[in-house]
Amino acid sequence: MEIPTWQRASAIVGTFGILLTAACGSATPAASSAPSASAAASSAAPKAQRGAGGDLKILYWQAVTILNPHQATGTKDNDASRLIIEPLAAFDNDGKPVPVLAAEIPTVANGEVSKDFKTVTWKLKPGLKWSDGTPFTADDAAFTYTYQCDPKTAASTDDRCDGVQSVTAKDPNTLVVTYKDTQPFFYQWGVGTEGGVLQKAQYSACVGDKAKNCPADLKPIGTGPYMVQDFKPGDVVDYVINPNYRDPNKPFFKTVQIKGGGDANAAARAVCQTGDIDYGWNLQVEATILKPMAAAADSKCNILTQYGTSVERLVVNFANPDPSLGAKRSEPDTKHPFFSDSHVRRALAMATDRKAIADQLYGAGLAGKDSCNIITAPEAMVAKDSSGFDVCKFDVNAAMKELQDDGWVAGPDGVRAKGGVKLAITFNTTVNSVRQKTQDILKQDWTKAGFQVTLKSTPASTFFTNTSPEGANHFFADVEMYTNSGDPDPTSYMSGSWGCDARTSSANNWQKGNYGRYCNPDFDKIIAQLRTETDQNKRDQLVQQANDILIKDVAIIPLITRVAPTPDGASKQLKGLAPSAWDSSLWNIADWSK
Amino acid sequence: MGRYIVRRLLIAIPTLIAISFVMYAILALAPIDPLSQFGADPRIPPEAREHIRHALGLDQPWPIRYVKWVTAMAQGDFGVSFMSHSSVSDLIWQRLPNTLWVVGVAYIVSVVVALPAGVISAVRRNAALDHVISTLAYAGFSFPTFFTGLVLILIFSIHFHWLTFLYDSNLQVHDIPSFIAELKQAIMPIAVLGLFDAAILTRYTRASMLENLPLDYVRTAHSKGLRESVVVISHVLRNSLIPVVTLIALGVPAVFGGAIVTEQIFHVPGIGALLVDSIGTGDTPVVAAVVMIFAVLQVLFNLFADVCYAVLDPRIKYS
Repeated sequence: MEIPTWQRASAIVGTFGILLTAACGSATPAASSAPSASAAASSAAPKAQRGAGGDLKILYWQAVTILNPHQATGTKDNDASRLIIEPLAAFDNDGKPVPVLAAEIPTVANGEVSKDFKTVTWKLKPGLKWSDGTPFTADDAAFTYTYQCDPKTAASTDDRCDGVQSVTAKDPNTLVVTYKDTQPFFYQWGVGTEGGVLQKAQYSACVGDKAKNCPADLKPIGTGPYMVQDFKPGDVVDYVINPNYRDPNKPFFKTVQIKGGGDANAAARAVCQTGDIDYGWNLQVEATILKPMAAAADSKCNILTQYGTSVERLVVNFANPDPSLGAKRSEPDTKHPFFSDSHVRRALAMATDRKAIADQLYGAGLAGKDSCNIITAPEAMVAKDSSGFDVCKFDVNAAMKELQDDGWVAGPDGVRAKGGVKLAITFNTTVNSVRQKTQDILKQDWTKAGFQVTLKSTPASTFFTNTSPEGANHFFADVEMYTNSGDPDPTSYMSGSWGCDARTSSANNWQKGNYGRYCNPDFDKIIAQLRTETDQNKRDQLVQQANDILIKDVAIIPLITRVAPTPDGASKQLKGLAPSAWDSSLWNIADWSK
Repeated sequence: MGRYIVRRLLIAIPTLIAISFVMYAILALAPIDPLSQFGADPRIPPEAREHIRHALGLDQPWPIRYVKWVTAMAQGDFGVSFMSHSSVSDLIWQRLPNTLWVVGVAYIVSVVVALPAGVISAVRRNAALDHVISTLAYAGFSFPTFFTGLVLILIFSIHFHWLTFLYDSNLQVHDIPSFIAELKQAIMPIAVLGLFDAAILTRYTRASMLENLPLDYVRTAHSKGLRESVVVISHVLRNSLIPVVTLIALGVPAVFGGAIVTEQIFHVPGIGALLVDSIGTGDTPVVAAVVMIFAVLQVLFNLFADVCYAVLDPRIKYS
């Protein structure tokens, strides 16, 4: 109706006008517009009574489309299903597991994790019931493994299945998870957002090929505080209290509604200005708009900012992306013409102004803050000295000196060169307004230091694939930028991103995670120690050492640690929130009250 | 007349097949990827992505997918949404009432406002009232709906806190208070859309009336001593209606298509919002179904407009 149909001829044209939108319409970018105002979560709720509160209204501007966490296409689906489907344990904001379906958290100390980090024994809470009244047993959890880890199910959570040997029910209240190899992050399977346990009776008809057409995904039976009353995909989910929920005093809110649609701006208004909404997801609004909105005297909201290991980073290519190499292009056994020289990498890092990026583009702590660590959480594992490293201090003159001393001399065009090799870099990232602005800031300083910078941007759907030469995996460029994050125990994250074995190449179909093809035996030695060390203090030390190697050696240039999972806004009246960077925003909704 | 309609309907079949083919080809060749949702998350490994692609049948060549889709659709099966795993017809049925209520009422409002306004404006040409109506009409279609929508939200929701801009599709109207609640949430989108459409229709009606007013038959009617209102309504208006009816009839399919921008602004979960979301997420079965329904309605209402001509103007005969 917005485009009037003026003439008959244009009627048919109009039909195709829609298609043109389809052809040109871009996919939702990978997040990261700006920011949010800070404010913390309220403390624990007073003793609540089940259903004493009224309706809890939540707004997700990306509407929920499915209620099975293993088929989720975004955090919206993970979060909406979390009210119903629960994991064995949740992660709090320190990355520590908190029992949910489990009676206690297995550790090496209590003997429920084997010393070789291979076998984890989960004791489940006795007497738990599904919302349909049938008993919950370890068999359901074992079934969930079968469902989730069957490649034909094509679960979006199947990265949690990597290296899992088996999940079996020893008895109705005991579940044994066995990993093929030592797995220092032994909470990989069954914990957090991707660990939701499905009901065997409901889902046994949905395994494998049948998973893509499964009515249960719209009305799953769960153990969580709520159950679905009505679900319109892409619009709204209405929840009512699960009468069989284990805690007789919870949840406080009688009904919950997760409404979808609109955009981040409207969501921010609905939470902060009109108060129509109690909780708004991912308020990615320009800092200049959101800050005053949240800080106004009559503001009705707090913006939640918590940090995990989500780090926007620059990866430098250690392999040679020169197209003239043909099939050898960017293979790990080639050497980058100048980034193999540590002085050049150091100069690039020194000419990187992360503070300006954090202030101008991430609202100085609203959506992210500058960081020179790659492991930015949990607190005990964060290296303390990195801010003193010379590669972490922004100083273009120092960068120029570093290059000059190493024999890289500026030519008439201002670009430095040595032995006929010019410091000309191609810098690729995804199409995203914040990223393009970041590229502009970086290009300015790098050019001053003597680099010639060509900027490139690739749609996110192409960038994050192993099939495209434009992609992050092939890395046919010199520098690339994106965000990634690790688990509360970063061993597999670090080995998979910087270990020699994880270098991506045509031989492994560009599927490994070390896109920069960095390889350092000292770093690998620390990772090997992390695979066997059981003492937590020593582990923390090792992680810090590994982090410092990567930073000092400029294997990676961290820029910004981003609010994780998303900068949400909550009504000031809402109590009991415990936002966690490692889990769903709604993980403890049973504890929320007003 | 009956044979004419049947013939037109038969001609429509190849048209629709052609539309479906072109549409599917564009969707298949466009750089939209249902897996781009996962693309944003580097933690989803490429193998998992390939499994998903296979499970959705996207690894087959698109002509094969087209033939499968068109055969299923001919039997009334629009397939299953990639994103929600629910049947596409369910999704459309959930959305249709919202769209019909908001966009449909807005359309009726626009016709009810525009016809008298256009007639008055033409009959009182260059009088003060004509200037007022014309100015309003120009303003009406000069301001895009996303602008008027936001202005209304700022005034009535943010400043006065009277109305909400979060449309609740679950609201059941069963008594006076719930009807008032429904009005409160629907009035802004209806006003925005209704006034926009009314502005255009008013201009059309006025122009068409002005063409007819100086004609001989009008003078004859006047000289017969007919009252002004009779001349204007049963003679001039009836003859002026042909282009207006075309406009109105061809606008009806657009009502089903929903109001893309306005639905988005006011969080109305209608067909337009469904279409935009589905395009954004690459949910091609939903996009294809909505576009096809739109095409069918377009063809039908073209026919309807032609039939209306015959009713309005006895000189037009189809055989």
